[in-house]
Amino acid sequence: MSFLFYFLSAIMIISGLLLVFSKSPINSVIALIVCFIAMGGQYILLNAQFLAVVHIIVYTGAIMVLFLFVIMLLNLNKTTIPQKTSLTRVSAVIAGGLFFLVMIAASRQALEITPRYPFDGHTGLVSAIGKSLFHEFLLPFEISSVLFISAMIGAVMFGKKDPPGYSDPVYRNNNTGTA
Amino acid sequence: MVTDSYLKALVWLVPLLPLAGFLITGLGRKRLKGHIAGILASTAVVISFVLSVILFFSLRKPGTEPLTVTLFSWITTGELSVPFAFLIDPLSLTMMLIVTGVGALIHIYSIGYMHHDERVNTFFAQMNLFTFSMLLLVMGSGYLLLFIGWEGVGLCSYLLIGFWFKNPDYNYAARKAFVMNRIGDLGFLLGIILMFFTFHSLSFSEVFGKAATFDKGAPVITAITLLLLVGAVGKSAQIPLFTWLPDAMAGPTPVSALIHAATMVTAGIYMIARSGVLFNLAPVTLTVIMVLGLATAILAAIIALKQNDIKKVLAYSTVSQLGYMFLALGLGAYSAAVFHVTTHAFFKALLFLGAGSVIHAMGGEQDITRMGGLKTKLPVTFLTFAIATLAISGIPPFSGFFSKDLILAKAFEHNLVLYVFALGGALLTCFYMFRLLFVVFFGNLRSPEVHPHESPRIMTIPLMILAVLATVGGFLNMPSLLGGHSGFLAFLQPSTQSLETGELAHSTEWGLIFLSLALLGTVFWIAWRKFLKQKHIPEKDDHTLNLAGKIVYQKLYIDQIYAFLLEKPYSWLSSFLFRKVENQLLDPLVDGVGHLTSELGTLTRRFQRGNLSFYLFAMVAGILLFIVFILFV
Amino acid sequence: MNEITSAIQIIPLEHYILLSIIMFSIGVLGVLFRRNTIVILMCIELMFNSVNLLLTAFAAYHSDLTGQVFVFFIMIVAAAEVAVGLSILVMMKRNVDSVDINQLNRLKW
Repeated sequence: MSFLFYFLSAIMIISGLLLVFSKSPINSVIALIVCFIAMGGQYILLNAQFLAVVHIIVYTGAIMVLFLFVIMLLNLNKTTIPQKTSLTRVSAVIAGGLFFLVMIAASRQALEITPRYPFDGHTGLVSAIGKSLFHEFLLPFEISSVLFISAMIGAVMFGKKDPPGYSDPVYRNNNTGTA
Repeated sequence: MVTDSYLKALVWLVPLLPLAGFLITGLGRKRLKGHIAGILASTAVVISFVLSVILFFSLRKPGTEPLTVTLFSWITTGELSVPFAFLIDPLSLTMMLIVTGVGALIHIYSIGYMHHDERVNTFFAQMNLFTFSMLLLVMGSGYLLLFIGWEGVGLCSYLLIGFWFKNPDYNYAARKAFVMNRIGDLGFLLGIILMFFTFHSLSFSEVFGKAATFDKGAPVITAITLLLLVGAVGKSAQIPLFTWLPDAMAGPTPVSALIHAATMVTAGIYMIARSGVLFNLAPVTLTVIMVLGLATAILAAIIALKQNDIKKVLAYSTVSQLGYMFLALGLGAYSAAVFHVTTHAFFKALLFLGAGSVIHAMGGEQDITRMGGLKTKLPVTFLTFAIATLAISGIPPFSGFFSKDLILAKAFEHNLVLYVFALGGALLTCFYMFRLLFVVFFGNLRSPEVHPHESPRIMTIPLMILAVLATVGGFLNMPSLLGGHSGFLAFLQPSTQSLETGELAHSTEWGLIFLSLALLGTVFWIAWRKFLKQKHIPEKDDHTLNLAGKIVYQKLYIDQIYAFLLEKPYSWLSSFLFRKVENQLLDPLVDGVGHLTSELGTLTRRFQRGNLSFYLFAMVAGILLFIVFILFV
Repeated sequence: MNEITSAIQIIPLEHYILLSIIMFSIGVLGVLFRRNTIVILMCIELMFNSVNLLLTAFAAYHSDLTGQVFVFFIMIVAAAEVAVGLSILVMMKRNVDSVDINQLNRLKW
């Protein structure tokens, strides 16, 4: 059991680093998918089966596929974007490291945590989540559908082609051919 | 018999209709063609008039309780609770009938008078707005609602005086009217505030109820009434705030007739008559009103003697008649004042509309030295104008006789000197009115290039109706002397609380009437001999006049005196403040703040490079700092 | 499988915290490090998920369902955010013909 946890953690960290440092966006996506699958494993270990299933379906099944589609449709894999200058890259690493250190320090300052309720193996099972979702959280659950609708409409609005003749003069003049 | 709720519906319809007319003609002023706006606006006011008549006949029985109609609770905060309510009692009914009745006639007249104007739709929208505000003023059940109407009519007056705003002089006149009214409004507002502090209420019934607990001559009541008087003086053009009214003749003539003769300027009289309970408790204020009114009546009559502009003469005559109303108010004869308001509305509106007809016929000419001989050219106008002149001069049996005689009788009861002065003013009125009549309508036409013609029927019919009213209006209040029973005064008494005085002996009254009639006859004869027989034409300018004539011709130099006493020091003070305080103290200070901000901006804009990566860095750094701050500080 | 087990009984909570911090820091690092907007978006997803993991771990530790329900709602928001974010990306590609974040340099004044 504990071996599985550390194994999955190692996979997550390695694929996360790959995500950041790989050159091609396709590779980044694949690294992130691996990371997410490993995370799904973590959920199962935590006995959160419902979340594990939703996580796999939503993230690896939908969101990451969306990323892939966008990359393919926009042909992003071919276009190479120059890396940032070494100065900014070093400062990025320093900032990330500092962030890590500060967060560690913060967690060390945390008080000792004791479980609020005695351990219950049924927490996170589908039936328990379902009951909670449709009793206590019914209203937020329903309202989240409104959020989805608005996100969908927004995405469609953004994705629509501009009417002919429309152009942003500043970008057209300054940035043609720079990409 | 109509039911109570039905009546209440009628009450709020009365002001609503002109409001609707204002909205329709105002919003559609670009679309409405031809006479449509005028017909719409007139219809609204005519229906309002019909409704007012229905209300009048439902409530005229003596002893009928005043009707209070609450539309909604408007302001409720702390002690202040102001419902949006109308009070319908004899006084407001009288005023409603005048406003809607005379207003309707003038609206109809305006269809003819204004038909050539390109902004005719705007004109009717503003006239309807005026009618609405005036109705609000007379129907409101408390001082705050009255004040809204008060301000509304002030605004409409400003807009309509400056209706032909392309002429700078007219704009100046409008501004002058507005500023002078503002001085009065300030006093009125302060009076309302003081009243609220004293009585903790602004509705008529509560204020008057609580006022009964005060002693006669209580200082706070005197203060309140004096402040209210300031408002009334501004609105009703009394000394010292009367100079705006003659200048207000810059507006179209129907406006002068409706606003500056028949209705708005009588708002001050209405307000004082309404507050009769308060004023009865303040003898000092009553004396002030009396003196002001008498002085205004005589002063304005003197100025009117030498004016050559047909509308200016009428304007000063209005000021003078308003002075008589104030005199009546000052004597505590509120009902008599309102009676004079009523008859004055008839004959003064008629005079103005007749003058409008003359001006219309003369192609915009207003100088009486260039008129003459219009008797045959404008028969209807001449006849109606003559009736109005007889009425305003106080010649029986025309309406002015009854109301003016009532005031004179009250003055006689009070003090003989008062009576002599008031009678003198009346004689002056008679003289300048007949001078106007003779110079305009008799003799020969003195400007041969114009060919006057009678006005269209839409203008003459209102003239005829008003002429009938000006003739018979006096019979509303047949004095007991002539076998009547003073119906009008009795009708008004419940809502005005006039001070009761003993009746004069009938023989004394007859004597007074014969005295004034004899004097009026003499004055008429003088005017007749001077302007008709000797064909005397008023001087075109003041060069040929002697000193006294010159001063009168220049309106006693009152405008110049005001300019010297008030405007000069004011402009000196403001230019001093501008040069010293503003330029050398405030400006550098304000500029310094601006410079500081702009310097800081140049400094910080270096961080605003528009680079998203930089912003991300800044964000992470900020979060880091934040956490560190929470953890370690 | 009558006896349902959970790793939280064996592995100390601190390790989950540590893992989440590491993943979150990697996300922050990626956002700062890369110029490709799509990778930045993915790094944001990574940060989302590290928080999700920690919430789930705490929920399991306390045996309190609310944490897991919250994770569910966070997923909803994340999905909506990704949809909008990607359409903005498409828009950016169409207008600027690039997904380089340094091209978006008009966010000033």
